[in-house]
Amino acid sequence: MAAMSPVADLPSRLDVLDVAAIRAEFPIFERCRRRPLVYLDSAASSQKPRAVIQAMAGYYESCHANVHRGVYALAEEATSRYEQARAAVGRFIHAPSTREVVFTKNATEALNLVAFAWGRANLGRGDVVVLTEMEHHANLVPWLMVAEQVGVELRYLGITDEGHLDLSRLEATLEGAKVVALTAMSNVLGTLNPVRRVADAAHDAGAVVVVDASQYVPHLPTDVTALGADFLAFTGHKMLGPTGIGVLWGREAVLEAMPPFLGGGEMIRDVRLDGYTPNELPWKFEAGTPPIAEAVGLAAAIEVLDGIGMDAVRAHEMALTGYALGALDARFGSDLVVHGPRTPGDRGGVLSFGFKDVHPHDVAQVLDESGICVRAGHHCAKPLLRRLGVSATTRASWYLYNDESDVEALAQALDACSDLFCL
Amino acid sequence: MSGLEDLYREIILDHYRNPRNRGELACPPARRAEGFNPLCGDEIVVYLDVDAQGRVSDVKIAGQGCSISQSSASMMSAAVKGRTLDEVRALNRAFKALMTIHESRLEHDEGDGSGTDTPVPDPAVDLGDLAALQGVVRFPVRIKCATLAWNTLTTGLEELAPSA
Repeated sequence: MAAMSPVADLPSRLDVLDVAAIRAEFPIFERCRRRPLVYLDSAASSQKPRAVIQAMAGYYESCHANVHRGVYALAEEATSRYEQARAAVGRFIHAPSTREVVFTKNATEALNLVAFAWGRANLGRGDVVVLTEMEHHANLVPWLMVAEQVGVELRYLGITDEGHLDLSRLEATLEGAKVVALTAMSNVLGTLNPVRRVADAAHDAGAVVVVDASQYVPHLPTDVTALGADFLAFTGHKMLGPTGIGVLWGREAVLEAMPPFLGGGEMIRDVRLDGYTPNELPWKFEAGTPPIAEAVGLAAAIEVLDGIGMDAVRAHEMALTGYALGALDARFGSDLVVHGPRTPGDRGGVLSFGFKDVHPHDVAQVLDESGICVRAGHHCAKPLLRRLGVSATTRASWYLYNDESDVEALAQALDACSDLFCL
Repeated sequence: MSGLEDLYREIILDHYRNPRNRGELACPPARRAEGFNPLCGDEIVVYLDVDAQGRVSDVKIAGQGCSISQSSASMMSAAVKGRTLDEVRALNRAFKALMTIHESRLEHDEGDGSGTDTPVPDPAVDLGDLAALQGVVRFPVRIKCATLAWNTLTTGLEELAPSA
């Protein structure tokens, strides 16, 4: 496990990033409706730097055409920008080949692609699919749908009271499994899961490993091979990129052996009245006109993240998480109950909590009055919330543009919440 | 905090902290209806006893959720108890009118919260404490919280004889 430490050399430090300089690159922080914006909802969607907004506008202004279709120079340029974006994504996650990088609409579509295209071709009645109790609905419902259609058996890895995956019965649970699908980082608990350990055990059991890395890729250095994944899904809009583009990375041999998911233009090599021949990788999985400007925007986001360094992003977030856990605990003690691991090294910058007996909707409403954006609700992880014994939580999540002042604003607004609701 | 004070009026917080008619009724004879807000997990259970004269002889509320959904349910229970079914339906309509969003109003939402263009419910219907919930209209995502109890009540009423 120590070999998989997310940050090798850089210590967890709050001065590792120049947050003021970073914030200056995000136009939205100029917004001030009564109060300055305190954005603590990056786990839902990150804000966008000027470079991303300008890259997309620049693409539309100077070189838009459909990709992989026209013979004219403009279309060549558009195709080249689109394929350069794919290469940038591949480098960012250390994909062995660019052919393994499939653009989708979002992480949800990427996970559905695996469940339906791979699942329907490879799963039969009685086959075992192993999921975890902390999955986002996006990595849960597609498998429930496949289970309904094909009749597979679903098994779950549970969680411990501290919010870690319970691996005490890992080998027994994996016995006979054909798929293991798990999140690399919980969007509710922040837990960083031991993906490599689970993947190794899953491979020993003969299963394919599907990793939902939606909360992981934006925040930690990612190496798909080191993680031991066969498939890995994430989305652009949580990593400074635009909405409307996601990524499915898959091991080349596995993708080659799979049937396509959606049918249409681009994904075919030949179509006859009685059949079709699918295109080669990765276009076999990209039916229809893809999100071209969004790919360009995602590439610009990756350039920003690379410029800062993912090690530094992780070090900053880990330090801020440690600061927040300490500051909130010192201020509120047992009045504020944090779900998930207490050790910053075990978690990402996502903090779900209960505050006194104030309902998360009310907490979020009062925080909004102070210009603070947090998420309140079940975070698309209802089975996990049931396991935690709560119907909703308040969730604050941070990124490279947040610092201690945001945590301080949160704490102050929680005081206001206390004044309003607690006698 | 003017916006918040508009939402969380003292009477609302009072109903939240000291919910009226909290509990359950034996079913049958009482009717039971459940309502959920899938977005946030709020949950309301309404128990309704209607006597032979078509009057709500007793009502109880169970469930859990935010201050708006729970206080709205508490106020509703107090408002409908002892009323005829027709009166309850009229109250329901009046409350829904109160909760109607007028787009013009939302566009002017940046103001000081004086709310002069609040939609006006039927003046013949006295909403009592429920009128305090009118501030919710300024917070569109919370309207579903406020109307949850009423939608649940409607479900319960639909199972009874339809209104003449």
